[in-house]
Amino acid sequence: MDAVLKKDRLDELITKLGYEVIAPVRKGTTVSFETVSKASDIAWDYANSVVPPKKIFFPQTEELFAFDGKTIAERTPETIKRMVLGIRPCDARSFAILDPLFTKDFKDPYYIRRRENTVLVGLACAIPGRNCFCTSLGAGPFDTTGLDLLLVDMGDRFLVRSVTEKGKTLLTENEELFEEATDEAGTADEIRERAESAIKRTVDVSGLPEKLKTLFDHPVWEDMAQTCLGCYNCTYLCPTCHCFDIQDEVRGRKGRRIRVWDSCSNPEYTLHGSGYNPRPGRKNRMRNRILHKYQYYPDNFGVIACVGCGRCASNCPVGLSIVEELSTLGGI
Amino acid sequence: MENPYVPNMATIIGLKEEVKGERAIKTFRVRFNDAELADSFDYIPGQCGMVTLLGKGECFFAISCSPTKKGYLEFSIMRLGKVTRALHELEVDETVGVRGPYGNGFPVDEWKGKNILCIGGGIGQAPLRSLIQYVMDNRKDYGKLDVIYGARSTADLCFMGELEEMEKRDDVDVHLSIDNEEEGWTRFVGFVPTNLTRIAPSPENTIAITCGPPIMIKFVIQALEKLGFTPDQIFTTLEMRMKCGIGKCGRCNIGNVYVCKDGPVFSWDVLKDVKGEM
Repeated sequence: MDAVLKKDRLDELITKLGYEVIAPVRKGTTVSFETVSKASDIAWDYANSVVPPKKIFFPQTEELFAFDGKTIAERTPETIKRMVLGIRPCDARSFAILDPLFTKDFKDPYYIRRRENTVLVGLACAIPGRNCFCTSLGAGPFDTTGLDLLLVDMGDRFLVRSVTEKGKTLLTENEELFEEATDEAGTADEIRERAESAIKRTVDVSGLPEKLKTLFDHPVWEDMAQTCLGCYNCTYLCPTCHCFDIQDEVRGRKGRRIRVWDSCSNPEYTLHGSGYNPRPGRKNRMRNRILHKYQYYPDNFGVIACVGCGRCASNCPVGLSIVEELSTLGGI
Repeated sequence: MENPYVPNMATIIGLKEEVKGERAIKTFRVRFNDAELADSFDYIPGQCGMVTLLGKGECFFAISCSPTKKGYLEFSIMRLGKVTRALHELEVDETVGVRGPYGNGFPVDEWKGKNILCIGGGIGQAPLRSLIQYVMDNRKDYGKLDVIYGARSTADLCFMGELEEMEKRDDVDVHLSIDNEEEGWTRFVGFVPTNLTRIAPSPENTIAITCGPPIMIKFVIQALEKLGFTPDQIFTTLEMRMKCGIGKCGRCNIGNVYVCKDGPVFSWDVLKDVKGEM
C-alpha cells in the first residue's frame, strides 16, 4: 500500500501520534540519531550517521539493574512508544539480522522491549555514500527488510510505502495525515534505479561463507592484520556488531551493573584470568571479526552479519576496506 | 519477560579451603535465599553458573557438586582476578548472586551402562567432581569409574580429602599424580597424560572426560587416541572468558560455537573439526 505524506504535515506526524521520535540530526559535521521535537530538527539529506542507530535498541552503555548493598532493584520495563524516522534501509536491515541473536534461546529483555515498542520508518537512499555496498549483500537503497514503512523523498512530499502490519496500522489509524499516491511510484522507481547504479563498490559474497571455512589457516590473515591498528572503530560503528562487556559501577553501597559495547579487536576481550589468551595476536582478532560476520553468523543464523553500510571503511584510520578484504579472500 | 541478566541472591553456607597460597582455591557452598528456588533448582553435571558479587562483577564457573546433592550448589574457585579475589575474602553467611544453570552439561543419560574415565588437572577437576559425585550417587547405572587427577604439587591438589576417601573404596579407582617429586609422596610423579598412558585404561565401552589447562587437554586427547579411544568416546569441558553466559556478548566463541551455551562440554568428535582458537 502506497500513500503520500506532504512534508508540511511532518510536524503533526512527530508531535500528534504519541511517539518519541528519533531521527537523524546534524551535529557539527556529522549526523546522529537523536530525539526530535519538530521536522526542522531532522537532516533528510544525509548519507548515513557515523554511529549506527543500533544504539536505540542496544545503547553503548546501558544499566542492567541497580543495587544497594545486597539488594537488586530491577529496572521497570520501558513502555515508551518510539518511532525511528528516516533510518536508512541498511540500518533497519541490521535489526532483522540481530533479532534472532537477541531473541533466540535466552531472550534479551532490554533489546526486545524497545524493539517491540518501536516503529521503523525508513528513508530510501537517493544518493548512496562512497563506501556503500549494500547491493552486494542482497539489499539496496530501497530495501525494506526490517522496516515498517519506507519513505521516498520527492521534494515537497514523501512517497510512503507500507511494509509490515505495524506500518499499515500507522497509516490507517492516522489517515488524515496521508494522501493517496498518484504517479509517485514511477518517480520512485527512477530514483531507485539511479541510486542502485550509483553504488560503485561491489563484492561477490555468493559462496563466501563456505569458502571461508577453507581459509582459517591461510597466511592471508597475517598480511591483512599488518595494517590494522586495532582501534575498534570498525566494530563500534558496525550496525551488526553486538559484543558487549558487563561491568559494575559503584559509589559507596550503591551501584549499577552496566553493559557496554565491547570489541573482538580488543586484546583483553578474550584474556583469561590465568593470563592465557586464545586470540593473542591482531591476526587472530581480525580473522575472528571477519569470520564472525561472513561465516559464523551465517552458520548460526542463516544470514551474513553485514549490511554493506561501509562505516567500517569510512571510519578506518588507516583506510582498510572490508570490500577489498572480502575480494582478497574470495579471490584466493 | 524473564530477565536472564539478574542474578538470584544466595547465601554462603559453607566454605572449604582446597588449596592455599598464591593460587588458592576455595569451594563455596551456597543456598538460594528463595527457599523454593533452592529446592527446585536443577541442573546437569557439567553445567555452569554465573556467580555475582555485587559491586565487583560476575564470573562463569562450573557447578562443582552434583545435582544429586539437593538444596545447595558448590563452586570451586581459584583466586585469580578481581572478582575471584573478592570472592575469596567472603565468609560464611555472606551474600553472592547466582544465575544459571548454563551450558549443555555432560550427557549422563547417554552414558548409562558405560565405564567412566575422568582425567583432570588442577582446577579442571571442578566440573569433573560434579560428574564423579553423580556417578557415585547413581553407581548402579554406570560401569567402572576411574579418576585420574594431577596437579603441579601436593599443595595444588584440589578436593584431596574426598579423593583420599575415594581411594579407600572399591567401586572407584583413583590415580593421583604431581608434576615433580616431593618428600612423602608415594603416588605417581609426572604429568597427567603420562600417568594416563601408564595406567592405559581400556577404551572398551568407556567414555573419557578430560578437563584441565589447554595444554594438558591437548596431550590427554593424544594419549587417549593412542590408547584406542575414538573421538566420539572423548569429551572435554572448556573454559573461556565470558560476560553474559547466554550466547550474546560474543567472546567465548571457538569458530561458530559458543562455549557458554553450545558447550562447555564438547565431544572430541565435534571439536576436532571446529576451526577456531581454543
